Amino acid sequence: MDGLQSALNPAGPQASVIAAITWTFFAIGLVVYALVIGVCAWAIFRRRRTADNAPETDNRLTWVVAAAVLATVATVIVLSGISVVAGRGLTAPSGDNAVTIDVIGHQWWWEFQYRGAMASELVNSPNEMHIPVGIPVVITAISRDVIHSFWTPNLQGKRDLIPGFETQMRLQADAPGIYRGQCAEFCGHQHAHMAFQVIAEPADAFQSWLQQQRRAAPAPSTADAQRGHDVFMNGTCATCHTIRGTSAGSRIGPELTHLASRKRIAAGTLEQTRDHLARWIVDSQSIKPGNRMPPNPLSPDDLQALLTYLETLR
Amino acid sequence: MNDRSRLVVVPLVACMLIVWGCEREARPFEQLVQVQKRSQSETGTELAAGTPLPPSAGTSPFQQNAWGQSEGKRLFTAYNCNGCHANGGGAIGPALMDDEWIYGFGPENIFASIVEGRPDGMPSFRNKIPDYQVWQLVAYVQSMSGQTPIDTSSGRSDHLQARTPEIIQPYQGRIQTGHK
Repeated sequence: MDGLQSALNPAGPQASVIAAITWTFFAIGLVVYALVIGVCAWAIFRRRRTADNAPETDNRLTWVVAAAVLATVATVIVLSGISVVAGRGLTAPSGDNAVTIDVIGHQWWWEFQYRGAMASELVNSPNEMHIPVGIPVVITAISRDVIHSFWTPNLQGKRDLIPGFETQMRLQADAPGIYRGQCAEFCGHQHAHMAFQVIAEPADAFQSWLQQQRRAAPAPSTADAQRGHDVFMNGTCATCHTIRGTSAGSRIGPELTHLASRKRIAAGTLEQTRDHLARWIVDSQSIKPGNRMPPNPLSPDDLQALLTYLETLR
Repeated sequence: MNDRSRLVVVPLVACMLIVWGCEREARPFEQLVQVQKRSQSETGTELAAGTPLPPSAGTSPFQQNAWGQSEGKRLFTAYNCNGCHANGGGAIGPALMDDEWIYGFGPENIFASIVEGRPDGMPSFRNKIPDYQVWQLVAYVQSMSGQTPIDTSSGRSDHLQARTPEIIQPYQGRIQTGHK
């Protein structure tokens, strides 16, 4: 029951409500199941020995059926009541200090945007959502292509991302840690590899992360990194990706300004290592067939230089 | 048709449909690098003012492929072709759905127009777009003027659908009649 992606291991108030209602329904269901099976077994073993058409039997039957119907109606009413109370708990308004995050679903990756006081302070963090511990988070989610579903079982229930429609949800993490989120609505070829990480950290660590992400990429300082920079800008990379502080500013693929600061690449598919990054750049289609990143048959020297440059994007 | 011939004909037709459908829907993810690779290096051109270029021979590798054309449609917006050509009707750039082609309507002509750029506004996308994606764009651009078979037009885009899929739009006849 413990796990990075388990609704039975709640790490916040909303997920606790969901876990509580899950266990309540399970317990009531278990009692009803035991009663029904018990009564059935009793009826089988205490069956009528002879044909019996006496009026008292009919009378007793009416009472049994009436009691069973009443019990069913009462159970449904109680469960509905619990459901309404839980629903209110999930959507309760948060305080004034809430952090707001814009979530954008793409085939097949996630984009998390943190707005600042000025437009230039916008932070764009693909596939990695950082949140402060103990502070409510308000999420506004939208999709850029097809319907996706945002699901972090440890923190909140599923919520669909509909193209052209803003969906709001609230969540909060009470314990620091790394939780896993996953697209929960089939959205095409690589739906299964459309995951993200939620990194819950203390408020000051979150603020320093935000400050660091607001910085533009540094200019390449070594000859090797400079060559990698040129490969990026003059090749196909810059057609789709953004690196703030350079001339690459396209919004088709994930932003790479702080690529090296992220723990995983390819929407949670691979751990971030030089080797994985190289495989992904050269032939991502063998890792996630059908994804939107084209294969890039670079020469070995160009590839190594590009990797060196990408590693400077901390 | 008697029972015995039906026993032969029905599975045969089913197999043919499956094989034909396979090519239409093929998604060669693992072989994308090999798709009709071309050199995108700079070439001298014999362009001169006056007569339009003659059409090139050959076909795009995605001429018969619904997925390729659907990807071409997605890339047409992603790479901002629609910024100048609108949805084929033309705006800043010329229309792509009529039968007037300054630089030729053959697949090689369109490939060259995208990769090399053209005077008075069309930028060069040399080394900015991989070969297979240029071919997908070529197939989609050709489909706008009815140069690809109607049955390989996109039936359902994989991405956001902003309008009725081509295949269930009312048949307009072949708009392309060859260049003037």
